[in-house]
Amino acid sequence: MRNILEVSDLCVSYGKVEALSNASIKVGEGQIVTVIGPNGAGKTTMLSAIIGLLGSRGTVNFDGRLETTPDVEHLVACGMSLVPEKRELFGEMSVEDNLELGAFHRYRNGDRRYRETMAEVYEIFPRLKERRTQMAGTLSGGERQMLAVGRALMAKPKLLMLDEPSLGLAPLITREIFRIIAELRRRGVSILLVEQNARAALAVADYAYVLETGAVAMEGPAAALRDDPRVIDTYLGLGGKHQDMLAA
Amino acid sequence: MDLDIALILTQDGITSGAVYALLALALVLVFSVTRVIFIPQGEFVAYGALTMAMLQQGKVPGTLWLLVAMGVCVAALDLFRVLRGASSDGLASSLGWSLGYPLLLAALVNFLPASDSLLVQAALTLAIVVPTGPLLYRLAFQPVAESPVLVLLIVSVAIHVSMVGLGLLFFGAEGARTQPFLDAQFALGSVSLSGQQVWVLLASAGLIVALWLFFGRSLYGKALRATALNRNGARLMGFSPVFAGKLTFLLAAFIGVLSGILIAPVTTIYYDTGFLIGLKGFVAAIIGGLASFPVAAGGALLVGILESFSSFWASAYKEVFVFTLIIPVLVWRSLTSHHIEEDE
Repeated sequence: MRNILEVSDLCVSYGKVEALSNASIKVGEGQIVTVIGPNGAGKTTMLSAIIGLLGSRGTVNFDGRLETTPDVEHLVACGMSLVPEKRELFGEMSVEDNLELGAFHRYRNGDRRYRETMAEVYEIFPRLKERRTQMAGTLSGGERQMLAVGRALMAKPKLLMLDEPSLGLAPLITREIFRIIAELRRRGVSILLVEQNARAALAVADYAYVLETGAVAMEGPAAALRDDPRVIDTYLGLGGKHQDMLAA
Repeated sequence: MDLDIALILTQDGITSGAVYALLALALVLVFSVTRVIFIPQGEFVAYGALTMAMLQQGKVPGTLWLLVAMGVCVAALDLFRVLRGASSDGLASSLGWSLGYPLLLAALVNFLPASDSLLVQAALTLAIVVPTGPLLYRLAFQPVAESPVLVLLIVSVAIHVSMVGLGLLFFGAEGARTQPFLDAQFALGSVSLSGQQVWVLLASAGLIVALWLFFGRSLYGKALRATALNRNGARLMGFSPVFAGKLTFLLAAFIGVLSGILIAPVTTIYYDTGFLIGLKGFVAAIIGGLASFPVAAGGALLVGILESFSSFWASAYKEVFVFTLIIPVLVWRSLTSHHIEEDE
């Protein structure tokens, strides 16, 4: 299987503090790969560095091309999409305008078929269609997350990177979001999923990395990690029963 | 004062208010997208008017050489970056715009016979002065784009001072007027409207509608609004802040130069007139909180009418009245404003 993304020895420093040291990960085409780990482990930093929002050392190989200095605009145009932790929606614009802007670089390159993609997004998220004239800032937390994912899908990405999609969402909505992530994989989108909700992430993913204090501590097929005693101890723990119900 | 005088004053006020409205819109646009308080907005008005006047006198305007010089600087910067190892993608097209276009235009202006057509002169004026907007962004603001608003403001003041100085060099201390586009008078009841006033009103209204359509309908306009709302979000959509900055400055320069061309036949413009005109646009933009386009446009009409009435009653104090307006507005804004937290 071909790898859509290969990151080797990625390092990011904030001043003297190294937030990410020599992280190497791979995402195979059509796979869901998840990165789990505690707060402050450097998960968000890693995604920001991969897409070029943060300066970094190391190499990022995306879709067969080597990016020595990743640049956001360039990578987005090449088919990488990030749904950031903060969503970064355009609050005072309508849902439909937000979605349209997701297809901006396609429009710029002369691809006028984004209306069809919008119909697909509405099919995945019927709620967004109901609210399409509403300002994005007035949506509920779950709807915002749906809009952020929908907006990223408008770009027809080859790789979708999701940063904590379940953060701050009610359990029922979280379940809905994970159902959609599985559905996207079925439609052939490769996904890099960063999550604190380890149980739900491991349930949906093919392969997983555990990030601790800026370095990859463990990796393996998601099913294997789910049964690894260290992972159970640290990340799945006692709350497991409750989360089990969510992930099911 | 009788009704006729009041009507004439109102009519005058609305005409100048329309121009202030255009400048206010440009200021709001530039600030919301790039966070630059664009003091030199007025200089583009003066440069536009005086470039047009020089073309009418059959001279080659100094602004043409400014365009060439700025183009050379930008080309040198781009080449330097590539030599230092930056990617050379798009170098050819950027050199074409920074070197090719100004030189071609210089050749056109110097070797083609001067045209008597006002439309050709206006088009040439736009072609010469408007591109200095994005070049200015590239040279002065792009390197410091992430700086605090205060730093950007100081850069903006520096550009204003240099542009006024260059204006004196290019155009001399003499004022100039241009020929009117339309030498007609219309009677509207007891009030008569000059052709140029009709021009100013129609062109301003047309431009405002065009801007409204641009920001409401086109994806590029929406992308500019999106950048104003959330820079990171816009970057993640593949819309670069550098491109947004250049596009914004292009629009601001276009609005400024067009305003200059519009008012040049009715007002004598000196090399430093632009500042005062721009400042009145700024008062209107402040009324709109540097954020709201419709309120800024309304504020501009208010500024125009206040100015024409105060010039009738106490002409020595007319600027005082206009700029004093800003105090109650600021008080009112600070009392009614509520800070909206950043999204999430």
